[in-house]
Amino acid sequence: MKSLGSIRRSFAPWADPSAKPYIVFENITKRFGDFTAVNNLSLSIFEREFFALLGASGCGKSTLLRMLAGFEEPTSGRILLDGQDLRGIPPYKRPVNMMFQSYALFPHMTVEQNVAFGLKQDGMPKQEIDARVADMLKLVKLTQFAKRKPHQLSGGQRQRVALARSVAKRPKVLLLDEPLGALDKKLREETQFELMDLQQSLGLTFVVVTHDQEEAMTMADRIAILDKGEVMQVATPAEIYEAPVSQFVANFVGNVNMFEGKVKARNGEAATIVGGSGAEINVVNAGEAAAGKDVVFAIRPEKIKVSSKKPAGTNAMQGEIWDIAYLGDMTIFHVKLSDGQIVKAATMNSSRIAEDPLSWSDQAWISFEPNAGVVLSR
Amino acid sequence: MADNASASAGPAGNNLISAITSRLVILVPYAWLLFFFLIPFFIVFKISLSSTAISMPPYTPVINGFSDLASKWHTFSFDNYVWLTQDPLYYRAYIRSVVIAAVATFFTLLIGYPIAYGMARAPATLRPTLLMLVILPFWTSFLIRVYAWIGILKPEGLLNQLLMWLNLIDSPLIILNTDWAIYIGIVYSYLPFMVLPLYSALEKMDYTLIEAANDLGCPPLGAFWKITFPLSLPGVVAGCLLVFIPAVGEFVIPDLLGGSETLMIGKTLWNEFNSNRDWPVSSAVAVILLLLLVVPIMFFQQAQAKAQEQGR
Repeated sequence: MKSLGSIRRSFAPWADPSAKPYIVFENITKRFGDFTAVNNLSLSIFEREFFALLGASGCGKSTLLRMLAGFEEPTSGRILLDGQDLRGIPPYKRPVNMMFQSYALFPHMTVEQNVAFGLKQDGMPKQEIDARVADMLKLVKLTQFAKRKPHQLSGGQRQRVALARSVAKRPKVLLLDEPLGALDKKLREETQFELMDLQQSLGLTFVVVTHDQEEAMTMADRIAILDKGEVMQVATPAEIYEAPVSQFVANFVGNVNMFEGKVKARNGEAATIVGGSGAEINVVNAGEAAAGKDVVFAIRPEKIKVSSKKPAGTNAMQGEIWDIAYLGDMTIFHVKLSDGQIVKAATMNSSRIAEDPLSWSDQAWISFEPNAGVVLSR
Repeated sequence: MADNASASAGPAGNNLISAITSRLVILVPYAWLLFFFLIPFFIVFKISLSSTAISMPPYTPVINGFSDLASKWHTFSFDNYVWLTQDPLYYRAYIRSVVIAAVATFFTLLIGYPIAYGMARAPATLRPTLLMLVILPFWTSFLIRVYAWIGILKPEGLLNQLLMWLNLIDSPLIILNTDWAIYIGIVYSYLPFMVLPLYSALEKMDYTLIEAANDLGCPPLGAFWKITFPLSLPGVVAGCLLVFIPAVGEFVIPDLLGGSETLMIGKTLWNEFNSNRDWPVSSAVAVILLLLLVVPIMFFQQAQAKAQEQGR
């Protein structure tokens, strides 16, 4: 895939065929009674990667994390960590630590004692423990709260204690279960960047479970989209967003417009698709869809331009402005096409005064570039 | 003007009513304590300051009304309390009662904790049934249940028959009329009072804490002592108090299972009151027993409240 969006850093071991994955899920199945939480799932995670498991509740993402931590054993399949099969190894002997969604701070211990708990288990000398605890509290900016009990802290402070406690042992892998779920929006956004900085500075492998696509997009190097215990797609945030492999993924991450149609003609990579209303869509890359096949053309709202006059390009459709949502930084237009489909188009408000003012019920044209969307099978 | 006045009087009136209501609500338990604890206690205390007499009631002075109190109060004396210190019977009975109650409480905790733990970890659908089973013995009279233990523990009783049938022993074990029978009786009778507070403490504990401890390298047994047990301490304390306090003054169990030799304060009190008909001395015994139990508990609760204020 040619550069899709901006990639955060030149860190892409998954693209290197000789790189050895650090964590491998091999054909993992997990059943609870009749319910199959994880179904024959395979996944590789690389060292120092910030990996996100993204999915709706009940998709198996937490079960996957709990199997890695050792709280659940897979029904079949195996998990390898740094080449070692983890089957039968109890949680207290695994070189992974977990940050719990509820934080699970020990209520009868001070912040300091909470952070020191894991270190004491390792039989580390007291002076070293004290030094490490002080380091950790400094890292999460809680030094002056060392003697407090968890209930005397705010939600954000508790979250940071949980984080300090889980990284204090310098685990090979840190597992984070909805790490920001209990924080309010503003704090969540700040903490996302703190987590990324922490991961960079400690050089750890992070596996984070989340249902919040924005959170996954912001933090992760790669995202695995899960549904009903199966992997739908594993890719970088930019690939997931710009080149989803299925309607499910396209729908799950961000907003999308779907045009149902049939491939009329192919010309190498390029193709022409005829929609239900007879409108033609020209695309640069139609993937594997052969001529005559039923397909869906998926395009993100911000890739669609709205104008009052017919634009010059190939892909243009006429409609009526159905709804306008002004969000400050952008405006979302809902345009009703002749066949009744409502198309969402987002326009950045880069200048304060609109050049082409559009209002409710105006006739308008939507247009997009031939490379702006993806063709998905139906 | 009139409108303004009525508008401002409205909320003020409501506040007054709600203030009075809240006082009244607090009044009820205080009135209960006054009528059923404090007044009887003062009657007993007054009798303990009297001296025995061959009459009905068997003590003097008998006080009828407050005018009597004014004229006769100078005959009150603490002689009965002095007597308690002079006859070793009494303080030996006190000490033995406390020791037996403490040992029995320890056994009850030892047996009750696993039961409560098992209940708290049982599937949620099973818990009401288990709770019901714990409370079930209360449906039968306490006295009958203690009598039943005589049938189980006596030399030719069910327990000895079973052990001999299993060829574990050759001759019957002598359990009835020993301290062991008292321990068994107390543990059996008071087990629900230990299990219930323990269960409520363990049941609300977040199991994720144990997972967190395991995750940080602490094996299950260590996690029990470092996390589960400290967090269940309020339940342990409540359960121990609920068993220890009535066990110290227990009369029926030592009388029926412990035999005539047993020297416990509840039995001494009963003997003093019914056989000896010495109401003043038995009242003094009761007052001292009460102080012995209430004063340490008051200090303990105060310390706990302070600790909670600091911790919570």
